[in-house]
Amino acid sequence: MTAETIRSNLILLAVVLVALFLLQFVLPDYYVLTATRMMVLAVFAVGYNMLLGYVGLLSLGHAIFFAAGLYASGLATYHLGVSVPFAFLLGIIAALILAFAIGWVALPTIRVSFMIVTLMFSQVGFLATLYFAPYTGGQDGLSLPQSARRFSLAGWQIDLTSEMVRYNIAFGLLAAAVAVSFAVLVSHKGRIFTAIRENEGRTEMLGFNVFAAKLEAFLYSGAISGAAGAAYGLLFGYIGSTFASIQYSIEVLLFTLLGGGGTLLGPLIGVVLMMTMIDRLSELTSAYLLVVGVVLIVLVLWFPKGILGTIRERWLPWLL
Amino acid sequence: MGLGPYLFLATLEGLVQASVLTVTAVGLSLVFGVMRVVNVAHGEFFMLGAVFAWFISTLLTGHPTLGFIAALVISPLIVGVIALISERFILKRLNYDPEATIVATIGLLYVFQQSTLIFFGPNAQAVEPPFYYTIRFPWFGYSGYKLFIIAAAIVLMAGVWFLMRKTRIGLVMRATQMDRETAQAFGIGVDNVSAGVFALGAMLAAIAAVLVVPIQQAHYLMGLDPLLLSFIVVIIGGLGSIQGTIVAAILIGLSDGIISVFFSPTLAKMVSTLLVAFVLVFKPNGLFGKAER
Repeated sequence: MTAETIRSNLILLAVVLVALFLLQFVLPDYYVLTATRMMVLAVFAVGYNMLLGYVGLLSLGHAIFFAAGLYASGLATYHLGVSVPFAFLLGIIAALILAFAIGWVALPTIRVSFMIVTLMFSQVGFLATLYFAPYTGGQDGLSLPQSARRFSLAGWQIDLTSEMVRYNIAFGLLAAAVAVSFAVLVSHKGRIFTAIRENEGRTEMLGFNVFAAKLEAFLYSGAISGAAGAAYGLLFGYIGSTFASIQYSIEVLLFTLLGGGGTLLGPLIGVVLMMTMIDRLSELTSAYLLVVGVVLIVLVLWFPKGILGTIRERWLPWLL
Repeated sequence: MGLGPYLFLATLEGLVQASVLTVTAVGLSLVFGVMRVVNVAHGEFFMLGAVFAWFISTLLTGHPTLGFIAALVISPLIVGVIALISERFILKRLNYDPEATIVATIGLLYVFQQSTLIFFGPNAQAVEPPFYYTIRFPWFGYSGYKLFIIAAAIVLMAGVWFLMRKTRIGLVMRATQMDRETAQAFGIGVDNVSAGVFALGAMLAAIAAVLVVPIQQAHYLMGLDPLLLSFIVVIIGGLGSIQGTIVAAILIGLSDGIISVFFSPTLAKMVSTLLVAFVLVFKPNGLFGKAER
């Protein structure tokens, strides 16, 4: 990785982020909300990409980390009246602890077993949100109280019902998530992650601790996914068990595959395209999830590298 | 009613569940064993079987038995053809790569489920059982049709056993399962075997669904539970081992029926799912499976 590639990628990232920031002044009100949702989901996809794209581990249960962040922060504000910034931190911590536990148990399994084990753990999490319905609201979920819709930070009064405030918080979180994943990718650790993806056996032979590296990637991935979940619950003021369901695990996989696993901006592109398609189709038919199935099959058959992955392969070899 | 008859009833219900589960899970196990493909769309083949059974029984207006028999024959055939087409156009092109096929079958899951929503609608539809006959036990009456399900499952499993152990088709399938490349070197068309096995697995799920639809109703989301339960059963029984699958299905079906009587079904599901995850981590060949060769 030359200094030249890193600089080109930094410039590209800066351009995209500036464009995203300026977008809020141009977009009509309705689309500001949509864009906010997309950015939070993109954070989730960035977290997922850490695992699938960099280390090559395909998890079918990432909804559990999103839900851990969502529920830990949401329940803390709902039942304990914790302030919003603190609840957000709690969400990340809960996701980290869960990622450590699940990673520890699931990472020794390989390929198909890993996929099924993560799916099973995630399903247990989903069932838990139903079982503890008296606290979590189960399928109906909970709307967060008014006290959790505003907070003050360093003397600033921040109102979470304002579109602009939400947009900028989501934007800040996405920028941070992309920055973290960029930093990890160009670091020494990032090289080990990539080495594991390309050839796990060889990496182990060279004396690297593959399990520790995988666990570390799993923790990054879980924490970012948890941050996305916590932000989603706090920004939109609602938590519910749908966010823990298998469908969420599959959608994040789809976002990442569509945009291109192992690319920095792929998750964002995947989310924007997929959410746009789902929104358009849901105006026409109740069977809008059909597009999820079709896109998954088309991707796996003809574009296994996704949009940015294909662009990188054909035209822009410096793209990270 | 005392505890004894109560347990007896729970056992009967458990056995009915176990029968349906056995037939469904053996289909999944066959596909995994021979093709090394985890078919996430298996539950949707089950759902399609039930939905086609409803269509067929509404088309035939005569005696319900007639509609039922027609459904039992035609519905699995249609599902088999659908499975065959998916196998030829998708799984074969992916060279049966384990990870790619999981993603592809997840895609198929959504395609089948959402297409059913379009053509069948969101409502659950009941199918009339082929006969009404109540068996009078001293403590309660019990549906004769449910006992018929148990008998049918036993006959089906005997059929699968005969196919696998006593026929040339079974021999070819077992050879492919043991060593795909050597089988090919001996002139076995392993690609055709895969196509056949995938269709057979889907048909077993469809048959199970036709059997269960008179007591359960057809619905476009009904595929998820059989899928997860079949996963559980196949993993506990040892991936790809049919005997293990049958033993595990009976165990899980029975205990699920009995535990649900005494505890919350959600808790029962949580515990069994968690147990399965740990089985997969610590005993990857299942509780009854032999070590991989």
